[in-house]
Amino acid sequence: MPKQLDKVFIDVEVDASVAADGALAAKLEEVCPVDIFKAAEGGVEVVEGNLDECVLCNLCVDAAPEGAVRVVKLYER
Amino acid sequence: MSILLGKETAFIVQGITGREAVNLTRECLDYGSRVVGGVTPGRKGREVHGVPVFDTVAQAVENHGAPVDGSVVTVPPAFTKDAVLEAIENGIKLIVVVTERIPRRDVAQMVELAELRGARIIGPNCLGLIVPAVCKMGGIGGPAKDAAKAYAPGPVGVMSRSGGMTTEISSALTRAGLGVSTAVSIGGDAIIGSTYAELMPYFEADEQTRAIVIYTEPGGRMEAQLSAWVKENDSRLPVVAFMAGKFMDDEEMKGMSFGHAGTIVEGKEDTATEKIVRLEAAGIRVVERIDEIPDAVKEKLGATV
Amino acid sequence: MRFYEFEARKIVELAGIPVTEYGFCTTAEQARKAAETIGGPVVVKSQVLSGGRMKAGGVKFAETPDEAAEHAEAILKLEINGQMPRGVLVDPKAEVKQEYYAGVVWDGTAKRPLMLFSDIGGIDIEEVAEKHPDHVGRGHLSNLLPISDFEAKQTIAATGVTGSQLNRATQVLARLARLFRDNDMILAEINPLAELTDGSFVALDAHMEMENEAVGRQKALLRRQLEIAADDTREPYEPSAFERNVAAIDAADHRGVIQGRDHGFQGNLGLVIGAGGGSLTLTDAVRSQGGKPANYSEIGGNPSVAKACGLAKQVLEKDGVEKIAVMMSIVSNTRVDIVARGVIKACLELGRDPGEAIAIFRIPGAWEEEGFKILERYGVEYCDRSVSIWEAAGRAVAKIQGTPA
Repeated sequence: MPKQLDKVFIDVEVDASVAADGALAAKLEEVCPVDIFKAAEGGVEVVEGNLDECVLCNLCVDAAPEGAVRVVKLYER
Repeated sequence: MSILLGKETAFIVQGITGREAVNLTRECLDYGSRVVGGVTPGRKGREVHGVPVFDTVAQAVENHGAPVDGSVVTVPPAFTKDAVLEAIENGIKLIVVVTERIPRRDVAQMVELAELRGARIIGPNCLGLIVPAVCKMGGIGGPAKDAAKAYAPGPVGVMSRSGGMTTEISSALTRAGLGVSTAVSIGGDAIIGSTYAELMPYFEADEQTRAIVIYTEPGGRMEAQLSAWVKENDSRLPVVAFMAGKFMDDEEMKGMSFGHAGTIVEGKEDTATEKIVRLEAAGIRVVERIDEIPDAVKEKLGATV
Repeated sequence: MRFYEFEARKIVELAGIPVTEYGFCTTAEQARKAAETIGGPVVVKSQVLSGGRMKAGGVKFAETPDEAAEHAEAILKLEINGQMPRGVLVDPKAEVKQEYYAGVVWDGTAKRPLMLFSDIGGIDIEEVAEKHPDHVGRGHLSNLLPISDFEAKQTIAATGVTGSQLNRATQVLARLARLFRDNDMILAEINPLAELTDGSFVALDAHMEMENEAVGRQKALLRRQLEIAADDTREPYEPSAFERNVAAIDAADHRGVIQGRDHGFQGNLGLVIGAGGGSLTLTDAVRSQGGKPANYSEIGGNPSVAKACGLAKQVLEKDGVEKIAVMMSIVSNTRVDIVARGVIKACLELGRDPGEAIAIFRIPGAWEEEGFKILERYGVEYCDRSVSIWEAAGRAVAKIQGTPA
């Protein structure tokens, strides 16, 4: 079985100030069309395996307090 | 001018709350089309991009308060025939059927009823039609800004059995400074509502149109029908054709269909090679390469003006 | 979906058309018993989907049950055009007075079913139509009105058939027309339709093909009456590992559609192309410029990164593939950046340099600016709509052949 790579094109940064916010976690899980966020016990969890499926819709960015969630295009670095 | 569709054309979308239909509605509105209602049974009272949703076509027509000219039908294959019959029986005269994988019997039934009622069906398995810089009916050309890139107004009528190739060819014509009068994605199935020959009288009557480009594939007898029409009617419109799928003539590919359901070769006459012979015999220029289309059109136009 | 002769006969029988007393057998012993039951000379016929079985030795006559068993034994082992038979049909050798042809097909131009009848049976109808056009009767059917017997009668009478033959054949053709429409067939053919020495009409051989799109709503006939298993697909050939893998990747994820085929392709240039018309045009463009495609494929409906990646990986891993060409006609629904991510990821996961493995990337349209940024980052040669499909294919071919474009 050949290897599987994650996080080749897209990364998502969640600011430490909101990472433990359960309500925000639930909201992010709901808005993301490609299941990048999961509402876990400790707050927001990023599902690494789905990062590259990001469609750049920005719904997560809009759902969070300004600047708290950032979508990073790794290919622009 | 244009054929079948114009900026006054008021149409509805049947199946409007589906994922693809929501996109298509947005695209049509942005491009300047008059989408006056939508239908999804059980969803009356909702709105899709400001377009009111109804349970029945009759309700949508009543709400509009005037005849509805057209409908884009994008519902699952098992429900398509019913939706199209509903549109026809409510007085709609132009119906674009987007859905693919509809059994031929259903398509033939809707086409026969449309004939009896004086309605016209485009498709199934198509992306609809577009009048550049005016309006579009269906997903053809995609979002308004993408459609604007590929389609500029001009003298060439385009008819294509492939939705994507309608845009590819129109884009080439636009880039070459020619442009398009009306482009019709006629559908990729074995039986479709409107064939090349059946749409030719509309283009013939349209003053803006001075040449025709068709995209075609193996399977069916639509090209023979076009050849006969061009000869019998002494058409004023020069036709340029592009034939895809020549590789399907190979012995190993026999009995298989590629790309669209309609490409199944059921007789010797349906092969790419035979079709090219027939088209050329009717004076239709068949280009070998897709990028030869604009020059071939220019050459033909030079000869007629 | 194509049917074996024994199934086609059953369909005809269910529609009320007389057939001879036949037996479907999968062993020589069963064939002996069937011949005993019939009593008298029989014919043993291989049950394969391909034509030309007579020429291939798949049809043999037998005078005795022992002889029938012997023939069955041989025919059951005989491969015809790459297909092993599903079994044999043991049929009485009929006392035939005259052979006719009865068929129904779709006329795509008229958009109606077309009945065909000829008083010359037993040979290909296209040949009869060519050599003896006045012996072929034709009649279109409405898709909305019920099918009436007179329509069949007119079609038959046009060939000059009259008397009791006309009345008997009318029943057969009208029933065949109804079964064609009711069962969503795209071909329903009885050839030969035989008039026996006692004046009765029986279907001696039948060909039926059902439209694939309608298989889902014909389950009553397929599963219950013909007992055809749901996984019994009637592909003209056995799907390859590549084809099965691509189908599995497609089925595992509902986003977008991918298709991959490699039957009849053996080249070194892998094609990751789309959509319907674009794939046909691109495949031709590669071949016409001397390229050797390793496969055919289609991408459409805006697939996920994982799906595009899965297809590209399958193509890259095919035997003999040196490079892939990623090309489509202008896209409006499928996204350029998503496909770019998918194919680059496929290269990286296989340990290949995308800039080397991807000969060319030509997908113009939705989200192209974003896609081109990704391609640039990984050093993949790409082009926009200003480069035609023909030219893009030519560049890919030149690259794999090591000659400058």
